[in-house]
Amino acid sequence: MIRLGVPSKGRLMEKTFDWFGQRGLTLRRTGSDRDYAAEVAGVAGLELNLVSAGEVPRALADGRLHLGVTGSDLVREKLAGWEQVVRELAPMGFGGADLVIAVPKLWVDVETLDDLDAAAAAFRRTHGHRLRIATKYHRLVREFLRDEGVADYQLIDSQGATEGTVKAETAEAIADITSTGETLRANGLKVLPGGLIHSSQATLFKSRRAEWSDADRALLQELTARLGL
Amino acid sequence: MTPQIRAEAARLSAHFAAHGAEPVETPILQPADVLLDLYGEDIRARAYVTSDPLRGEMMLRPDFTVPLVRAHMESGRAEARYTYSGEVFRRQEEETGRPSEYIQVGYEVFGGTFPEADAEVFATLHSALEGLELRAVTGDIGLIVAAVAGLNTIEARKRALLRHIWRPRRFRALLERFSGRRPAPAGRAALLAAEDPLAGAGPEIGKRGAREIAARLEALREDAAAAPISEGEVALLDEIMTLSAPLPEAIGALEDIAMSLPSIEAALLRLKQRTEALAARGLAPEALEFEASFGRTALEYYDGFVFGLVAPGRPDLPAVATGGRYDALTRVLGGGRAAPAVGGVIRPELVVELRGSAQ
Repeated sequence: MIRLGVPSKGRLMEKTFDWFGQRGLTLRRTGSDRDYAAEVAGVAGLELNLVSAGEVPRALADGRLHLGVTGSDLVREKLAGWEQVVRELAPMGFGGADLVIAVPKLWVDVETLDDLDAAAAAFRRTHGHRLRIATKYHRLVREFLRDEGVADYQLIDSQGATEGTVKAETAEAIADITSTGETLRANGLKVLPGGLIHSSQATLFKSRRAEWSDADRALLQELTARLGL
Repeated sequence: MTPQIRAEAARLSAHFAAHGAEPVETPILQPADVLLDLYGEDIRARAYVTSDPLRGEMMLRPDFTVPLVRAHMESGRAEARYTYSGEVFRRQEEETGRPSEYIQVGYEVFGGTFPEADAEVFATLHSALEGLELRAVTGDIGLIVAAVAGLNTIEARKRALLRHIWRPRRFRALLERFSGRRPAPAGRAALLAAEDPLAGAGPEIGKRGAREIAARLEALREDAAAAPISEGEVALLDEIMTLSAPLPEAIGALEDIAMSLPSIEAALLRLKQRTEALAARGLAPEALEFEASFGRTALEYYDGFVFGLVAPGRPDLPAVATGGRYDALTRVLGGGRAAPAVGGVIRPELVVELRGSAQ
């Protein structure tokens, strides 16, 4: 039995259903709008699970799901060494958003990561603490800034309304997901041109940790052929 | 932790004690803010952070150096030799097969004289591992510091480069910009020439205010007006940083470089004095490798002599022993005071593994 997890609500769920539908695989809910029962029509051995997109990465890592649809940003953020845990089967072309670093528009002197790093050094000398970046994507941001060699910053946890943290003076800059940048601009922020951390989109992942029986493997092969992967 | 590893740790402790070191202990739980301020946010990926209801964020010690330096500086003593033995904890973000918990046995000399203390620490660790046929690699961060400080350019650029000696990639990026190989961002010249660069930029929000932005713009104007670092100097710097040879050959190469870059002469003299001090302890220079960039990506922030003892033919293993000089760290943690400090650690579990595979 292969367990496929797809987002349990909203546009992400609808788009996922459409994506499979266009490839000849009908996903449908079986109960009311309120319960999370669902199935794949006419495929024996494939069980459909509706799961919160945020929980799909963990479920793939634990092997509770064989296949799962979620944002590529969530997999990278939630799973250490994600490439050893899951394999990307297909980017699905929707749910796109960029994880970016944003700074106040007033910072005309900060356009690149060179600038951010230099500003952080000067900021620390002036204020006696490291330049604070508010985010909920700790791993992605930290790895990005480490690889780029940016120093003298500090990550502040922000699980929501991150754009407001600069005005509230709990952070000097932010790292957040944006699709159009409009909310950022409305809050007096601009996207740092050199600060694109990850371009995310909905992606179909395969778990490397789930148990795959011979029958499961045969079915996966049939599915990937049908999906044109 | 097997009994063999414990026994090996005890043997190493006894070896260090026999060389005059007094045993010390440090708490396993360390205040996270000290380590974060020192190493930056990267340390979160490499150390276990936990929270204490009364003391806030704490870390399981990733090494002994920081608590030991703090304890020594608070003691007010001028000279001391310490040894310690205990678990350190390193979080592994990826499946590397490396342990996240292992024992370090260390030997640290505070207040010693140069170059004897450098040679003493190296020789003491080296003799503790006799019979393992390890390859000795040495380096000298002081040489890179001297080369950068001697560049024919403005102080702000040197400061920026020195700040990133331990981050080779950013160091490289800065060097490319300062030498004109990488252009300034588009629109930068117009911004710096503008009468009021902040006009219409946006609301003043956050703690980094208009005055700080103006100060940085001034620094950028100074940078834009400065001549690029010459190709020749960049080439010399590259030559130093990629230097890898047995110690006598490396000294010869550095003597040639010093003709064009006289600023490294003092650092080169120190390297020669240290080499002599090592030779006086029976460590033949031709058996010691010199890699100028050794230790540049390590966790510790060494600022002079650095060394490692590694198992040849075992690239899968980390160095069995590492160490170096960290005077600057004592200044950062010493609250206005500083002390010369050199030290190193051995990982007994690797000693046991190598002995086992040799049988």
